[in-house]
Amino acid sequence: MSESRLPESLIQSLGVQLTPVRRLPPPWLRTIGWLVLVAAIAAGLLWHYGAEHMIRRWVAEPDIAVAGIGALITAVSAAWVAFTLGVPGRSAQWAWLPLPGLLLWVGASGLGCLRHVVMPGSTVATAHQSGDCLMFIISLSIPLSALLVWLLRRACPLRPVLTAVMIGLASAAASAALLEICHGFAVAVTDLITHAIAVGIVVLVNALMGGRLLQPALK
Amino acid sequence: MSAALTATRSMVLDSVLPVWIRADFAVSDAAERAIDEPERRRAAWMAAAQGGDRKAYERVLADSVSLIRAAARRQGVDADLTDDVVQETLLTVHRVRHTYDPSRSYDAWLSAIAARRAIDALRSRGRRGHRELHDERAYDMHPDEHDAAAATEREQAARRLHEAIATLPPGQREAVEQLGLKERSLAEASAHTGRQSGALKVNLHRAMKALRTRFHGEP
Repeated sequence: MSESRLPESLIQSLGVQLTPVRRLPPPWLRTIGWLVLVAAIAAGLLWHYGAEHMIRRWVAEPDIAVAGIGALITAVSAAWVAFTLGVPGRSAQWAWLPLPGLLLWVGASGLGCLRHVVMPGSTVATAHQSGDCLMFIISLSIPLSALLVWLLRRACPLRPVLTAVMIGLASAAASAALLEICHGFAVAVTDLITHAIAVGIVVLVNALMGGRLLQPALK
Repeated sequence: MSAALTATRSMVLDSVLPVWIRADFAVSDAAERAIDEPERRRAAWMAAAQGGDRKAYERVLADSVSLIRAAARRQGVDADLTDDVVQETLLTVHRVRHTYDPSRSYDAWLSAIAARRAIDALRSRGRRGHRELHDERAYDMHPDEHDAAAATEREQAARRLHEAIATLPPGQREAVEQLGLKERSLAEASAHTGRQSGALKVNLHRAMKALRTRFHGEP
């Protein structure tokens, strides 16, 4: 008897508190919202540095362009997965979606490492210049991650850590793609390692902090 | 979309198949609809509840209880803990009802929330069980319960405690009575008093602090 009475009284009390709610927009729409900021930053960088240098580099070293496209695909797919995981009932298997983009990004960057061996004349980044790349990716990832967390404030991610990892991956990949606009060097091993460290730091920090930030609905 | 597909399939089949097979298919479709209908009904109720329809909301919550119990059982939750899972899930559904997308499965959405709440309940019991090991040791060291002097002392302590509770401010007294003396869960106490579970937690914390100061002189 008491078994059925308890939920009944709770249901009535929740019914009394019911107010109309605004539905969460679909994941693709929120992904576009985030990409608008990424596009605005890209426009700002293009306005400052111009597209000429970037296009010349891409024509001379197509693997850099492919790596940039891979990073962009990773960013878009990881952002979409983060929003999708914010809806209860959506499969966690979607977390594999950014993998093809990630493989393209890492693979093309790895090929770039061989470039300075094949083409000894290429301009290769020094350790100091690689440090600048690290700072660029990390500092740009902070506002991009913050915006994703803010866009997920009304969501209910039942796997908050996995969602936070996707946020970190999306932000770091978008930052790396934006870096291609003003990147002045061929991708050498030091540069690739620096990029990997930057992406790793962004993903790890998001996983550590985001897991807590994304759980208000479950508390 | 599924309705359109079913209609198209029926039309094609009607023109091709003999009458007895058509009858067989008609039965299968009816059976399929019967299986599918409760879920679609719940989806429609939840969509109406998002718009503020209280009756639809109470219906969908009442209809959800058996689904929540099934999800809890699948996670290996014992029967005595199932009510807690039901209550916590209903409260979570209330908080995140805006995340439900009426074009998707309601049952999948609900079951994901219930599974998460079941895991939370199991973890919470695990932590409590770990702490209660120390209580067993305390029980061994407890003085003889039949000792008359000890019984009088216990009665006096209980009376002092009741007097102290009576002097607490109304909100704190209510929290102690609901959560401590009547041993209600946060969800039940929230439903009975109409207060937010967060407010009950804060009031209980303040009450415990006041009682501790009164009896032990420590904050």
